[in-house]
Amino acid sequence: MSERTAGETDVVVVGAGPAGMAAATRAASLGLRVRVVDEQQSPGGQVHRGVTRGDEGVGPRFGDEHLRGRELVRALHASTATVEPGATVFDVDPELGVAVLRDGIAHEIRARHLIVATGAIERAVPFPGWTLPGVMNAGAAQVLLETSACVPSGRVVLAGCGPLLLLVASQLADAGANVVAVVETTGAIDHARALPGLPRALATPATFARGLAWLRALRRHGVERIGGIRSLAAEGAGRVERVLVGVGDRAREIAVDTLLVHAGVVPNPQLARLMRLEHRWDERALAWRPRVDAFGRSSDPRVSVAGDGAGIGGARAAETDGAIAAIDAAHALGAIDARVRARLCAPLLRERRRHLAVRPWLDALYRPPGWLVDPPDAAIVCRCEDVTAGEIRSVARLGVRGPNQAKAYTRCGMGPCQGRVCGTVVTTILARAAGVAPAAVGYYRIRPPLVPVPLAALARMPGGGNRRDERTGGAM
Amino acid sequence: MFRRLAGAKARAEVVIDVDGERVVAREGDTLAAAMLVAGCVPFRASERSGAPRAPLCMIGACFECRVEVDGAGSRRACQVVVVPGMRVRRSRAARPGA
Amino acid sequence: MGGKGTDAIVVGGGLLGAAIAWGLARHGRSVRLLDEGDDALRAARGNFGLVWVQGKGAGCPPYARWTLRSAAAWPAFARTLAEETGIDVELRQPGGLKFALDEREWRERAATLEALRFALDGDYPFEMLDAAAMRTRCPPVGPAVAGASYCPLDGHVNPLRLLRALVTGLIGRGGTVEPESRVTSIAVRGGVFEVGTVRGRCAAPVLVLAAGLGNRELARRVGLRAPVGPNRGQILVTERLAPFLDLPTEFVRQTGEGNVQIGDSMEDVGYDDRTTRDQMARIAERAVRVFPRLAGVDVVRAWGALRVMTPDGLPIYEASSERPGAFVATCHSGVTLAAAHAGELADWIAGGERPADTGAFVAARLRAPAPGGA
Ligand SMILES: Cc1cc2nc3c(=O)[nH]c(=O)nc-3n(C[C@H](O)[C@H](O)[C@H](O)COP(=O)(O)OP(=O)(O)OC[C@H]3O[C@@H](n4cnc5c(N)ncnc54)[C@H](O)[C@@H]3O)c2cc1C
Ligand SMILES: Cc1cc2nc3c(=O)[nH]c(=O)nc-3n(C[C@H](O)[C@H](O)[C@H](O)COP(=O)(O)OP(=O)(O)OC[C@H]3O[C@@H](n4cnc5c(N)ncnc54)[C@H](O)[C@@H]3O)c2cc1C
Repeated sequence: MSERTAGETDVVVVGAGPAGMAAATRAASLGLRVRVVDEQQSPGGQVHRGVTRGDEGVGPRFGDEHLRGRELVRALHASTATVEPGATVFDVDPELGVAVLRDGIAHEIRARHLIVATGAIERAVPFPGWTLPGVMNAGAAQVLLETSACVPSGRVVLAGCGPLLLLVASQLADAGANVVAVVETTGAIDHARALPGLPRALATPATFARGLAWLRALRRHGVERIGGIRSLAAEGAGRVERVLVGVGDRAREIAVDTLLVHAGVVPNPQLARLMRLEHRWDERALAWRPRVDAFGRSSDPRVSVAGDGAGIGGARAAETDGAIAAIDAAHALGAIDARVRARLCAPLLRERRRHLAVRPWLDALYRPPGWLVDPPDAAIVCRCEDVTAGEIRSVARLGVRGPNQAKAYTRCGMGPCQGRVCGTVVTTILARAAGVAPAAVGYYRIRPPLVPVPLAALARMPGGGNRRDERTGGAM
Repeated sequence: MFRRLAGAKARAEVVIDVDGERVVAREGDTLAAAMLVAGCVPFRASERSGAPRAPLCMIGACFECRVEVDGAGSRRACQVVVVPGMRVRRSRAARPGA
Repeated sequence: MGGKGTDAIVVGGGLLGAAIAWGLARHGRSVRLLDEGDDALRAARGNFGLVWVQGKGAGCPPYARWTLRSAAAWPAFARTLAEETGIDVELRQPGGLKFALDEREWRERAATLEALRFALDGDYPFEMLDAAAMRTRCPPVGPAVAGASYCPLDGHVNPLRLLRALVTGLIGRGGTVEPESRVTSIAVRGGVFEVGTVRGRCAAPVLVLAAGLGNRELARRVGLRAPVGPNRGQILVTERLAPFLDLPTEFVRQTGEGNVQIGDSMEDVGYDDRTTRDQMARIAERAVRVFPRLAGVDVVRAWGALRVMTPDGLPIYEASSERPGAFVATCHSGVTLAAAHAGELADWIAGGERPADTGAFVAARLRAPAPGGA
């Protein structure tokens, strides 16, 4: 790793997960000047979080995935790419000036090509009571287990759907947490819906073996599994104390200290939306994704999106995505010709297809049900501004057809999270209220700063103080 | 809220201050992890309803873990690593006009 | 779109259209408000929320009087909206400050406001505050500021609540709001306007064009002119703070929610409503210079929005002589003037007298040299 001062560079990679690490390493190997920016303290992303902080043995580590992460980090550090940790991208302008906030100070890197590898976030699933302390995402508990070797104390229930729900449940149970139940929305209809995808999925037996191991672990630990639930709510005074689930036409109440929820992951939309890249609604995944070609090139030819940020494919697919995007970027910047690009990408494209084979089955099986993605009136949807699903529906009756007018009327999406949490939900609520497709409803306009930036840091940005003579108007 | 695993390799202790209370964290902890283990919950109150809130995502997306760190604004506790002597204030409904 | 018995069609769901539509509904008219979709250019969603009098109409006394009347009508307007809709638009009119960064700026301001007072026969309250007096009125102001002008009539509102209240009030009075209904054609048959939208058609004997930047194109179709163009303003918003600023200033105000809004730029950049970092930096730098205590405060949001500007900055309110029943309305202070638009202007469109002082606000003036700025 070489230190270069900020300024101009060939490629800026945002995000140092599997996609970003692979992209940076590959781009550097093709002779490009590369800079990787990630807001975490060290590379790794969500799956390989902190793998090289020298804290192995802190949290339990999980087999070959973990080893793979260390390899990626090692390769990145061995490359000529510059890594900037603890640095958050908060704006990108049309000239590909990438604005970065690090230790409270803003700086800018100008890129010739940008690779967005900002990964995924867990889908928000608002239900009554989900804002109570003690209700967290399942992935959040995983983060705590891996980085601080801690588990929720007391009784733990996991609720929702998706492989990560089962993975985290088994990890926590193995680590000694008191996991009393896993409550799944997944039921008979979902299995039936997923069936056609099964043969293709079976082509990657390793995935199945992993899943079966998690289920065995849950059985071994005596964790109760409840499937096909029809409603979910949390209650408690000042923190979660009970979870209420609808099973058949009965309601069941389970005492809990921690409720972990999960309903899959969706692409982190912020940066791609900020840059106004074209998006499409993926009905199979119930999520927005940026429109990209086979190489990950977005609607802006100077910008690629790689990894889960372009559509959920998992860590291995993200890694191949990253390498493909890097090769394509090298082509875009004139370092290699189209023939070389085709030759280098061919095996990677095959590999990616293999990694993605299981997705249709997973997406169909673990599709969150309507009541979870289109929550009841009482559920708070925008946690920053305390806006309920009912309020969104009520402004729909004032002629609101999309998230931006809903935002103007209710303040949903105006808080510091900038709609990361509620965005997909608000689109879904408005679409269903109007009886139209989510694509017709659209998404929040995402504006800078992507994270809060101190006023003084903005003021001291390049170009800030030196054009004072220009007119700054008074608002009227 | 959270407890450390017994068998885990112990890391050096880092002492921080949360609302005047001594909190013992471990080197490498994020502030959010340290606070969850120490039971410093809630992290904040909703500015609108006053309802108590605590971290949701731990990956920097939800902003529910905002606290004041060494006098500086609202920081996402899940993105801040503890350092000795760090002074943390959990939110009041809003911070005074600086 | 059915449209039996519609009295008036208002085109444009921004603050002008919504205020006029609600005003007409209060006259018992059945009104259809046609608007574009979620991602339209809509200054009503991106403005700064000032009800501002100070300095308005320098060089054009009728505009100053029109502004003064609207500011005076605001309290009753806000009260009526609250009664009809239950929405508090957070009107505060504690007076407002406009800073002067140096001695010369201060003296020029004093001269401008003096001239305005003279033109209005002395009927124009303001005070010039020196540094000490300014700090008494507004302690957080930093040392870089030389002084300020103060006008007791200035105030601010929550402009988003205002828009929601107007639309809610309109619907409450039987009007309809029709989004995703961009008007694409206008025909006149037997004194009735037939309006075609991307979704269908509707008809009414009265047609009000309040389509912001869209007026430029639409006005022509009924024999009117609205030579408006875009002018971009960028605004920053901070995290919520405990109350520290109890009166609005020309470019920094603390909202009812506690956030501090910091405005704004004036840029001729066409139809581009993005933010730019050089402007954000400049806006931030100026705010910190004036209120040093804001330095460490976090900006949580920023946006750009397009003002609807005539070449001279003054409104156009005009009835078509060629197509009786057609009106066009445009201005660049739709918050300040909302009370006048919902009141006197709507009264006129409903068949009353043209409001005093507005006679000069016709497009014909723009053929001649502009009669002074706003
Ligand atoms: C909480 C969570 C837990 C998960 N656990 C697992 C698991 O156990 N097993 C599994 O197979 N999959 C898991 N996944 C899915 C997993 O994220 C992906 O399969 C894989 O990590 C995708 O890799 P990526 O490179 O696309 O993105 P990521 O690994 O998510 O990396 C994206 C990186 O971008 C950075 N970033 C984002 N925005 C910015 C910005 N504005 N500025 C700077 N940096 C930014 C982030 O800090 C992050 O490090 C999990 C996902 C989440 C959200
Ligand atoms: C940055 C900024 C700061 C401002 N600050 C202040 C302030 O502090 N105080 C103040 O008084 N004013 C302020 N303003 C001005 C104020 O916002 C406007 O005057 C107000 O929004 C009224 O504008 P409007 O209704 O004419 O246009 P808009 O609000 O732009 O609304 C026009 C509407 O017409 C619709 N439309 C356009 N074409 C068609 C068509 N063909 N068919 C159907 N519908 C159509 C659009 O979709 C839109 O909804 C500010 C403006 C900006 C941009």
